[in-house]
Amino acid sequence: MSLLELENVTLKFGGLTAVDNLSFSVEEGEVFAIVGPNGAGKSTVFNLISRFYTPVTGSIRFDGHDLLKEKSSRVADFGVARTFQNIELFEQATVLENLLVGRHRHRGSNFLTELFFTPSVRKQELQSRHFVEEIIDFLDLQAYREKRIAGLPYGVRKVVEVARALATDPKLLLLDEPASGLSVEETTDMRWWIDDIRRQMGITVLMVEHDMGLVSGVSDRVLAMADGARLALGTPTEVQSDPAVIEAYLGKAS
Amino acid sequence: MDILQLLISGLANGCVYGLIALGFVLIYKATEAVNFAQGDFMMLGAFVTIGLTNANYMGLPFWIAVPISIAIMALLGYLLDRFVIRFMFGESQTAVVILTIALGFVIRFFAGVIWGHEPQSLQSPFAGKEVAFGGLVLGMEDVAVIVVTILLTWGLYEFFNRTKLGLAMQGASQNQLAAYYMGVPVKRVQGFIWALAGGVACIAGILFAAKGAVDPNTGLMGIKAFAAAVIGGFGSLPGALAGGLIVGVIEPFASRYIAAGYSQVAPYALLLAVLIFRPHGLFSQVRVKKV
Amino acid sequence: MRIIFKTDYMQDLRPWKDGYQLSLYLLLIAAAIVAPFVFDAFFLGELTNVLIWALAGLGLMVLTGHTGQASLGHAAFLALGCYANIILVEAGVPFLIAFPLAGIITGLVGMVIAIPALRLHGIYLAIATMAMSILADDIIVLTEHWTGGVGGKYAPPVNVFGIDVDRWGTPKAFYYLVLGVTILVTLGYINLLRSPLGRSFIAVRDSEVSAQAMGIDVARTKAISFGISCAVTGLAGALMGLFAGAFNNETFSVVISIQLLMMIVIGGLGSIHGAFFGAIIIGFLPQFLSISKEWVGALVGGSNVAIPGLEFGIFGMILIMFILFEPMGIYGRWLKIRTWFELFPFYRKDMFKRQKSYLKTERLR
Repeated sequence: MSLLELENVTLKFGGLTAVDNLSFSVEEGEVFAIVGPNGAGKSTVFNLISRFYTPVTGSIRFDGHDLLKEKSSRVADFGVARTFQNIELFEQATVLENLLVGRHRHRGSNFLTELFFTPSVRKQELQSRHFVEEIIDFLDLQAYREKRIAGLPYGVRKVVEVARALATDPKLLLLDEPASGLSVEETTDMRWWIDDIRRQMGITVLMVEHDMGLVSGVSDRVLAMADGARLALGTPTEVQSDPAVIEAYLGKAS
Repeated sequence: MDILQLLISGLANGCVYGLIALGFVLIYKATEAVNFAQGDFMMLGAFVTIGLTNANYMGLPFWIAVPISIAIMALLGYLLDRFVIRFMFGESQTAVVILTIALGFVIRFFAGVIWGHEPQSLQSPFAGKEVAFGGLVLGMEDVAVIVVTILLTWGLYEFFNRTKLGLAMQGASQNQLAAYYMGVPVKRVQGFIWALAGGVACIAGILFAAKGAVDPNTGLMGIKAFAAAVIGGFGSLPGALAGGLIVGVIEPFASRYIAAGYSQVAPYALLLAVLIFRPHGLFSQVRVKKV
Repeated sequence: MRIIFKTDYMQDLRPWKDGYQLSLYLLLIAAAIVAPFVFDAFFLGELTNVLIWALAGLGLMVLTGHTGQASLGHAAFLALGCYANIILVEAGVPFLIAFPLAGIITGLVGMVIAIPALRLHGIYLAIATMAMSILADDIIVLTEHWTGGVGGKYAPPVNVFGIDVDRWGTPKAFYYLVLGVTILVTLGYINLLRSPLGRSFIAVRDSEVSAQAMGIDVARTKAISFGISCAVTGLAGALMGLFAGAFNNETFSVVISIQLLMMIVIGGLGSIHGAFFGAIIIGFLPQFLSISKEWVGALVGGSNVAIPGLEFGIFGMILIMFILFEPMGIYGRWLKIRTWFELFPFYRKDMFKRQKSYLKTERLR
């Protein structure tokens, strides 16, 4: 069984069909990329999986759970973490605090134990910190640990967002344009990180990305979308040579 | 006939609320800021006009004093934007709200120092005159209030939806950076809108002072007018007026048909109901933040 | 120049950074404990007042400073706590039970109110809570049977562990009661802030969508924040009632709500220190003004003129200055000064610079 399965999902905003009868599945352990021109509905697919939107028809299953039956905040509990296209970090908190929020789904304490900061809460906090420090090491964020997000450069913020998603210890990581706005070196770093996330941590990655170099470099399979519908699905080379994809990007040769 | 009389006086009161609410909405529409000092602007406008017109102050003729005081208030609105609000560029809405509440305190303080804390009325040409429509006898000032309010709302509505500047203002509020790129002088537009709000507040103040008496704490009426703006749906000019009228009418009827104490309660109870069941006002569409 | 070397995760988990900071806070508590033996009854009363305001400020800080939900209606919860406490005491419940119960009742009511209020954002929430505060005034009048309506109620003397605690009779005992409650609440607050719940508050404040994506139930978190906030405010209200001695529907007017919000803004939103700094300003401003008025009066040679509204006028001006020039409040300024000394001579002006961004609408059409 696939880790994530979308089946015949359709979403409409008023008269506009944002996602049109879309089906695909992501296998455990792969890097799966979604490409497509602007407005193709790529980020909308992410928002559907995060349960920010509810589709008109279709089903979304993750790891044996029917996501459509769950609230948005439960999706993370099943092991889905994500980043955002326009960076949604906790601006007034430090990098460390941001990552610790990622540990929220492993919270075993409740209001009362936290109010008295019982030894069990202390132990949990130390464990969280330990986990988070490993991610800080992994993504080379040591220098920014105590810095507030509000003062950080764009490239670092992008990395912090990935780090925060990893801090949830996910099974599936959704990356929404991880390389947009990054310099060439930063994009190369991101590429190695995505590779390591899959190989070392064993996390399945689903990403939306425009940078075809990055996409063909790391992904096993690629889904090309246009106008909310599926254009092509296959290996990066197959998709790149698909006539429908070329047409969607370059227009029809007349 | 009794109900009709009650309705008309309620409508006249509602028009004043509506005019203050109009000021709220103007600023909100163009800058997404909420000016909680709008009621105090109104009070100040009333006092400036009283200071120019009334015999015990300067004693200028009414029709000369009115444009002068509107100009003074517009200038004040502009200066306020230029030297205070502009520094709040990019700050959160709540920060601006707190700033303008503080501003209200300061305005009330200065009005109290200059004009004292005794209630005062404006000596206007309408005072004491009556107009008869059939069997209905209306105070001239009530009629003036209603006529002026309708004209002003209609004018502003047309301005926002028909003229280039009006559309530019709406654009500026929704995405300042994009508006800049499209060649909208965002800062100048913002200054202009604050001046406009100052002028509208002054008109509201004049009408209010002609109908009754003002003292520095009249500015607190802004809270009720704000409730009216929210009831009507923030961001819609006719909505603001409608909200004002609803609040104005509901007050006398609540005290007449429920109990005297309820005229204070009714508008806020209505506000809470509207916020819970139609959070974006009776006359407005729902909006959601996009990720 | 003081540098803190971190060698252990516990250093970040403890509420204090190092022994130096711990000793400063212990010194402050010690000073607060000996205060009644140094100051006269009048000044002690002022100090008690400041602590009660600080407690109320802590209550609002949870909601506004840390969860980012501006409330202009907390006077209603002050009133609820005050009336609940007095009614319970009058019914024969011992103060030591009635007092926490008043807090719990207020907290639960706050949570219930939060459920519809949660659908509202930013300015809409502020106006809804403000309407609530205005209505609270009328509700007190309408429920005259319990609240005494316009006539009001008088606070009976209360008894803690066999010691009579009364604002006028035994001001020292009353001071210690307030101090004890304030310290306990502050400690609980610190604990919450270093636990997952406190972090989820901050997450909800800074970005609701990503809080949701991290598995935080935003609605539930806001409701809990509302509940905690109202409970603490209720405790403050109960103490405020005892402190005032007599109160009626006008004691907890909407102006108090506004004042409370302004207080924590001046003090510094999003920090426990801010609630205390703000309370000091609120508590001592009237004293400071009357002293300076006398001084100016003596200097000019005129009589002592009363200027109504002066307090609020000055208060408003201070607030405007802070919002324009130091949006982080007194606590922010304090941090800057401290950093300046700690890093001397390496402090740079832009160390605390905030990024300004263009306003983008939250509305969509």
